[in-house]
Amino acid sequence: MSNTIELIREEALASILDVNSSDALVEWRSRFIGRKGAVNGLFNTIGTLPRDERAAFGQRVNALQSKLTEAYDKREALIRQRALAMDLEDGDIDISLPAHPRPKGGLHPSTRTHREFQKIWADMGFHVYQSFDVEEDDFNFTLLNLPPHHPARDMQDTFYTANPKVLLRTHTSPGQIRAMRELGAGGSQPIRVILPGMCYRQEQVTARSEIQFTQVEGLAIGRNIRMSDLKGTIAEFAKRIYNPNAKVRYRASYFPFTEPSMEVDVECFLCDGEGCRVCKYTGWLEIAGSGMVHPTVLRNGGYDPNVWSGFAFGMGPERITMLKHGIQDIRYFWGNDLRFLKQF
Amino acid sequence: MRVPISWIKDFVDIDIPVELLAERLTVAGLEVAQVQYIGLPQTDVPGVRMPRADHLVWDREKLLLGRIVEVKAHPNADRLVLALVDYGGEALEQCVTGATNLFGYKDQGEITPPIWGAFAMEGAVVWDGHSEKARHMTLKGKELRGIYNRSMVCSEKELGISDEHEGVIILDHDDRYAAGTPLADILGDVVLDIEFTPNLARCFSMIGVAREIAAILGCEMRYPSFEFVAEGETIAGQVCIEIREPALNPRFTLTLLRDTEVKPSPFWLRHRLKLIGQRPRNNIVDVTNYITFEVGQPLHAFDYDKLADRAGGTPTIITRLPEPGEKLETLDDVERDLGAETILVADTAGALAVGGVIGGGETEISDSTRNVLLEGAAWNNINIRKTIKDQRVYTEASARFSRGVHPSQAILGSTRGIELMRQLGGGIVARGVVDAYPNPPETVRIELPITRVTRLLGMEVTIERAADVLRRLEFEVDIRGDVIVATAPDHRLDISADSVVGQADLLEEIARVIGYDQIPDTIMADEMPPQWENTDLYIEERIRDALAGMGLFEVINYRFTNRDTEAMLVPDGVASSLPDADYVEIVNPSASDRNVLRHTLMTNMLETAGNNASYQETQQVFEVGKVYLQGAETLPDEPLHVGILLTGRRHTSSWQDADESQVALDFFDMKGIVENLLHDLHIGEFDYSKGGHCGLHPGRSADILLRGKCIGSFGEVHPQVAERFKLTNDKVIYAELEVAPLVRHHRRLHAIEPLPTSPAILEDIALIVDGTVAANEVEAVIRQAGGRLLKSARLFDVYTGDPIPPGKKSLAYALTYQDPERTLTDKNAAKIRKKIIGATRHRLGAELRS
Ligand SMILES: [Zn+2]
Repeated sequence: MSNTIELIREEALASILDVNSSDALVEWRSRFIGRKGAVNGLFNTIGTLPRDERAAFGQRVNALQSKLTEAYDKREALIRQRALAMDLEDGDIDISLPAHPRPKGGLHPSTRTHREFQKIWADMGFHVYQSFDVEEDDFNFTLLNLPPHHPARDMQDTFYTANPKVLLRTHTSPGQIRAMRELGAGGSQPIRVILPGMCYRQEQVTARSEIQFTQVEGLAIGRNIRMSDLKGTIAEFAKRIYNPNAKVRYRASYFPFTEPSMEVDVECFLCDGEGCRVCKYTGWLEIAGSGMVHPTVLRNGGYDPNVWSGFAFGMGPERITMLKHGIQDIRYFWGNDLRFLKQF
Repeated sequence: MRVPISWIKDFVDIDIPVELLAERLTVAGLEVAQVQYIGLPQTDVPGVRMPRADHLVWDREKLLLGRIVEVKAHPNADRLVLALVDYGGEALEQCVTGATNLFGYKDQGEITPPIWGAFAMEGAVVWDGHSEKARHMTLKGKELRGIYNRSMVCSEKELGISDEHEGVIILDHDDRYAAGTPLADILGDVVLDIEFTPNLARCFSMIGVAREIAAILGCEMRYPSFEFVAEGETIAGQVCIEIREPALNPRFTLTLLRDTEVKPSPFWLRHRLKLIGQRPRNNIVDVTNYITFEVGQPLHAFDYDKLADRAGGTPTIITRLPEPGEKLETLDDVERDLGAETILVADTAGALAVGGVIGGGETEISDSTRNVLLEGAAWNNINIRKTIKDQRVYTEASARFSRGVHPSQAILGSTRGIELMRQLGGGIVARGVVDAYPNPPETVRIELPITRVTRLLGMEVTIERAADVLRRLEFEVDIRGDVIVATAPDHRLDISADSVVGQADLLEEIARVIGYDQIPDTIMADEMPPQWENTDLYIEERIRDALAGMGLFEVINYRFTNRDTEAMLVPDGVASSLPDADYVEIVNPSASDRNVLRHTLMTNMLETAGNNASYQETQQVFEVGKVYLQGAETLPDEPLHVGILLTGRRHTSSWQDADESQVALDFFDMKGIVENLLHDLHIGEFDYSKGGHCGLHPGRSADILLRGKCIGSFGEVHPQVAERFKLTNDKVIYAELEVAPLVRHHRRLHAIEPLPTSPAILEDIALIVDGTVAANEVEAVIRQAGGRLLKSARLFDVYTGDPIPPGKKSLAYALTYQDPERTLTDKNAAKIRKKIIGATRHRLGAELRS
């Protein structure tokens, strides 16, 4: 029987040298040290041996088992190592092949800019107040200190509807009156809102002008709102939307619904104020019209202008989007060419 | 308005670079849109950004004032002459020139009195006068028809002043300048193009701008003289005025100049008019234009003799509204039907002019006019606006009167105008002015506590400083304690008599002149208003995020469409399911196909799909936008809708699985999107019914029911509709949902299911049922029979064909059994399975497919 042990040992240790795959290794293991393998076969023969030989035989079979298990472990490690080396060496792919297209969607650039605006203004305590696209003449003009035949009415080419007192809002400003009346509790509550929305003007559609465009207007009403607050608030916005060092310039201007009124320019971020085509070589980009809410507008919103004051500002998200992305043609926005929309 | 600095300097000394001046004006509200340099260099001012000017800077050594001493014939050429020019050098210089306006002096000997030209020496750079394109050229010596020439007398074009190149510049004699003076010192100029907002009507003139500059720079304003030399008979009795509508014509003044000569204006006047873009005509008309721009008071000159003829004696000027059907032929040769509100200047014989807008042809100044009656009047600006709109006529006069000219200016314009006419054309001015002033505006006096200034600006302003600013703007100011009492100057109509509004008007002036840059930047210290949440907006944005996250691109369409296009959504013989509301109709649409606001997003979405079709193998897009439903109320409902459109391939093709990419997007892709969207909003209780949207295929569409109410539909676009929108290549799948019900039913709080701790048993079963049995019925029976322990039943295959008998189909389900509390055994699973098979057989006639 001891010969058998030797034979198995020799055969096992010799044949394992030819084992080069994990499949062959599994086969080798079951042949020699598996449940039905040769070593177990030897254990099964112990009962047939004379009593006095059993212990010694058992010890030798045990030794054989550990020897073969050790050989197995070594071989397994070796095979794994080789497989790893092979995988690392031969498994290269052509990384220049095109990617598999993954489904990808995206938000309209105008929506993206609106969200950016809304987030910044929300941080400063301004809530979003939405108002109507189709408005009464009174709200769009008269209550905003633009009575009939006011010269500033000519600045805005209006779409009128079959009802002569109803029009498509030319700006989001009518929402100011609605917000004051709805949220102001009869002129007794402060307000901080922004009014985003689509506006409409009867214009020739060109690369520079559209018949519909979005606006974001802001309104703050309080007992102690100052012009310096307007400046500080707008400067904060400019810093957040452009860069923390953005220089801001304020120009006196005219809007019927604010007084004093001012235009806000930010240093051109495309040329750092050196002058380029986009800023028409002035180094400045116009970003907002603003001012202190006109006393007449405060009154029309239900507030006593002797006690309450406020500021308002308006911005054009499309224009700012155009500046940020070098978009030359405003018609891209509602043209909905997916080749454009997929670039955001 | 074009504003030459040389003209402004008549009224105010400017001691800062013009670039800085432009910046100061711009920030003070007079926006300088453009700066044009004439001969002078651009200055670099630190901190001021200006577009780089591309202009000719006149060489101070080589472009000089020259006296043209004599003009001789050219020996070899009829169309050229030789001009002998004293340019301050040691000898006269001979220039060969073709200037037609020198031919008259040919061979006349020394010219007296002397005439003056713009002389260019050899080496000077000028514009090429003969070139169509703007091009510089350097003057070089060469022979011109046998005579050597190295210098020239220049035309306006050659100096870059205007396009005129017929003749050369002949300047007026001016004692201040000797031959050899650099031209830059005489004609060099900078012209600012200033844009005025409607509140700056008072600035719409050289004096108006100069006054602002004086206030901004804090320097002295020099007004021109408004005195006039009047040595004739008194005007009284030579003309009368009758104002019938004082509200529309608050003031009317007349002056009279007799025995004058109508002729071309001198160089300086023609030059100034050209600088501001006006065409010189004759000395009388030029003065009316000049005063319009200098004082801001438009004038109108009548031929007095023609008026006297019409009247058959002493003329009476009548301002009135038209008679019914009255017409007038105006200076621009247009016969005008006069609207009922058009104010007229007339006489006893009929209409003469449209007041404040345009004169009539019959009584205008002609070359033979001897006696000039000059009108300086004031008009109601709103009425003039109506006339402009009504008559579609825009003149320099109407531009000013429509913005508002204070009636006090009428007399200033008249007196300065008549004196200038006298100086230029000679003659004798009648003594006095006929001045009818029935309706002077009220004087506006505002009390402004300095505390209000400080509070509203957020900046400490001393009362003296505020008062000083207002005085610089010519307000009359009293300080009473801490209150400024300011009386508006008589050139301003923009200061309100309402005390709070008037205070705001003054506040703006104070802030503007001090400079907005002086106001600090502060953070609002005011009470924070109550905060609230905008749920509508939150859901709107959630919808956008959910759809974009599913691989869809957001589009934003025009909200305009037209009735016919929306009617295309209704196939022949099908009843419309579109909203039963009126349209918001645009009476002045930008295009006839955009004359109503949409009732549905569908037409715009289909059009967008059509536009993209040729570039895209797949389109998966959505829009969240309003539709407009006009009801009985004044304003329409503006409900928010979400529209989703799918067309083309389900996958974009890849080099690895090109076959799979051929599968077209279909109804079930849309169903997946709709369900994901509703799931994203945690809306669980929805259901489907057979589609009822007229624009969708009746057999391949569904309505979405939320608590039994239809909130939208989706499905294949009806083939006839698709064809009408020229979308025939690929199937188009469309969905449109109302957003309001999603807002109403979305769940902000929802509990999650705990993760199971026991293992699940998975198995597949395939059931053969009649082809007409709907999948959701089968699933309902399976779920009911499976009970609590059937965790999920997912349909993974639908099969018809061999070996399934005709008219039947096989539905294969992946079933998951699980008990959250204990581990299920195979025996438990077999029991559930048996129940399921039994129930489906019993209720649906299903057979187990082996
Ligand atoms: Zn730039």
